[in-house]
Amino acid sequence: MLRDEDRIFTNLYGLHDPGLAGALKRGDWSGTKDLILKGRDWLVEEVKNSGLRGRGGAGFGTGLKWSFMPKPGSGRPHYLVVNADESEPGTCKDREIIRHDPHKLVEGCLLASVAMDVHTCYIYIRGEYYNEAQRLQAAIDEAYAAGLIGPDACGSGYAFDLYLHRGAGAYICGEESALLESLEGRKGQPRMKPPFPAGAGLYGCPTTVNNVESISVVPTILRRGSAWFAALGKPKNVGTKIFCISGHVNKPCSVEEELGIPLKELIETYAGGVRGGWDNLLAIIPGGSSVPMIPKSICETVTMDFDALREVRSGLGTAAVIVMDKSTDIIKAIARLSRFYKHESCGQCTPCREGTGWVWRMMERMVKGNAAVEEIDLLLEVTQQMEGHTICALADAAAWPVQGLIRHFRPEMEARIHQYRDAAQRRVAAE
Amino acid sequence: MSGDSGGIHVDQPESFEFTPENLVRAKALIAKYPEGRQASAVLPLLYLVQEQHDNWVPRVAMDYVGAMLDMAPIRVYEVATFYTMFNLKPVGPYFLQVCTTTPCWLRGSDAVLDACRSKLGIDIDERTADGKFTIVEVECLGGCVNAPILRVNDDNYEDLDGPRTLALLEALERGEKPPRGPTIDRQNSAPVGGPTTLTTLRFDGGGDAA
Repeated sequence: MLRDEDRIFTNLYGLHDPGLAGALKRGDWSGTKDLILKGRDWLVEEVKNSGLRGRGGAGFGTGLKWSFMPKPGSGRPHYLVVNADESEPGTCKDREIIRHDPHKLVEGCLLASVAMDVHTCYIYIRGEYYNEAQRLQAAIDEAYAAGLIGPDACGSGYAFDLYLHRGAGAYICGEESALLESLEGRKGQPRMKPPFPAGAGLYGCPTTVNNVESISVVPTILRRGSAWFAALGKPKNVGTKIFCISGHVNKPCSVEEELGIPLKELIETYAGGVRGGWDNLLAIIPGGSSVPMIPKSICETVTMDFDALREVRSGLGTAAVIVMDKSTDIIKAIARLSRFYKHESCGQCTPCREGTGWVWRMMERMVKGNAAVEEIDLLLEVTQQMEGHTICALADAAAWPVQGLIRHFRPEMEARIHQYRDAAQRRVAAE
Repeated sequence: MSGDSGGIHVDQPESFEFTPENLVRAKALIAKYPEGRQASAVLPLLYLVQEQHDNWVPRVAMDYVGAMLDMAPIRVYEVATFYTMFNLKPVGPYFLQVCTTTPCWLRGSDAVLDACRSKLGIDIDERTADGKFTIVEVECLGGCVNAPILRVNDDNYEDLDGPRTLALLEALERGEKPPRGPTIDRQNSAPVGGPTTLTTLRFDGGGDAA
């Protein structure tokens, strides 16, 4: 179990002052100038050595991603864009950082920017986080006023500007290229890759897009050393992570723990256990709505990290753990996600625009049982036709929850169909 | 709903311009972006319109914003219709947004929605006869460990159930503004009963409810 001394987000629950005075007491902005003066290469190398993998869902090495940026002197400005568009159902970790520990994010933006020769950084925050944006803007203003950022950040001579940009209610803008489109003042529709953002991103310039949590852990990693971070968690799945535990648990909460903690331990230690006891568990979506669910049998032993969850054909995603007990209509729970993806499809690619609608309508019939048993395979085939056939991964995200349902709960879907038919036959017989 | 003609709300105002104060704010917003990239300010300016114009964006205001940012009107219309947080027709001063996505649904968003319907006598996408309340259904608001959530204008009311939703609506009707955040005894996203982590660290300074 993670010790409090090893927790990065020491104001996760907002019990202390989120402002600069409180942040300084918690150790933020300590020795930042010295870290800046160690220079670009040291910063990138240290983050690489820490083994930090991106906390937005894909789990790509953060230091490696930074190293894709061109060397200084390309003649074009470089940009860092922080993805604070947290919209994956189940996920509310960045919200806690932004409203309770905003200075960790601001300081992280500065250090990451130095590592990539960036002098202008934008944080793109989801529109619904209005109060959170106010809090973050206050932190940015404080940092400017204190000279921590601005023309001579922390007295290092490095010029750094940081701007907050509010989105306006579009899940797709969490996809990095849609986010860049949106930041440029257009509809949030993903771009074809290549070119990748490191070559041509915001305004056609070299850009890196990182998640809030990835950036916010950087100052602590640099201060305590990459070896400290790399020693936490499991090999290749190192460090700490904020887990959001929602759904049918006795005490839903967010908590920072080591990657690789057993799922069962996470729920029983921190979330008060499954409602009605562990044996009342039906299934869990372990990493936000886009990853396939896992049934209780897998939940018994699986650990919460990128690789272990991939081995059971699910994923860590955003580490948003959605717990469903045996009272759950599991088909309806997934049908609601299908409706979410239909609503959020940007409409650009046909397999997604049409497919998310088909899947949702079929899922609504599956909830009632108003379908033929063979249609379960047809539904599966539709999801497979969507997967990998679009510009971005939203279609995959729409496909996977349904695939997880069919993989683990096909008998329940068939039973629902038989029930519906039997009821229909009884109605006919009664007439 | 009356006043609605397929896509565009019919009772559109004839003109729109920012107040002098908002014009200053608009220029500051535009200055956040590089020269020639002023279109980046389209979302911030549409928010500013909405704030000034009773929480909805009329078409003339889209044209006004387009002219200010050197954008073709259609580019602004595209943006205003793509993003769900811009209201394209009038809404009540109490704009109720009920999240019904799976994490909220698992925790009882049906009861929240039912309480809104029964108390106000209207359904989703409708406005009360006195004009005060509008109900819309929204997708995940990003506060899932505090589900279910009812958002009133810019504030989330969290950890709701049917009776607490009714109590909230009654307070709003009386003109009160209950504090946002959890409606049960709980500190933000900490578990009920108090944090079980971060208990051994001591910092000076008071906390707050964000």
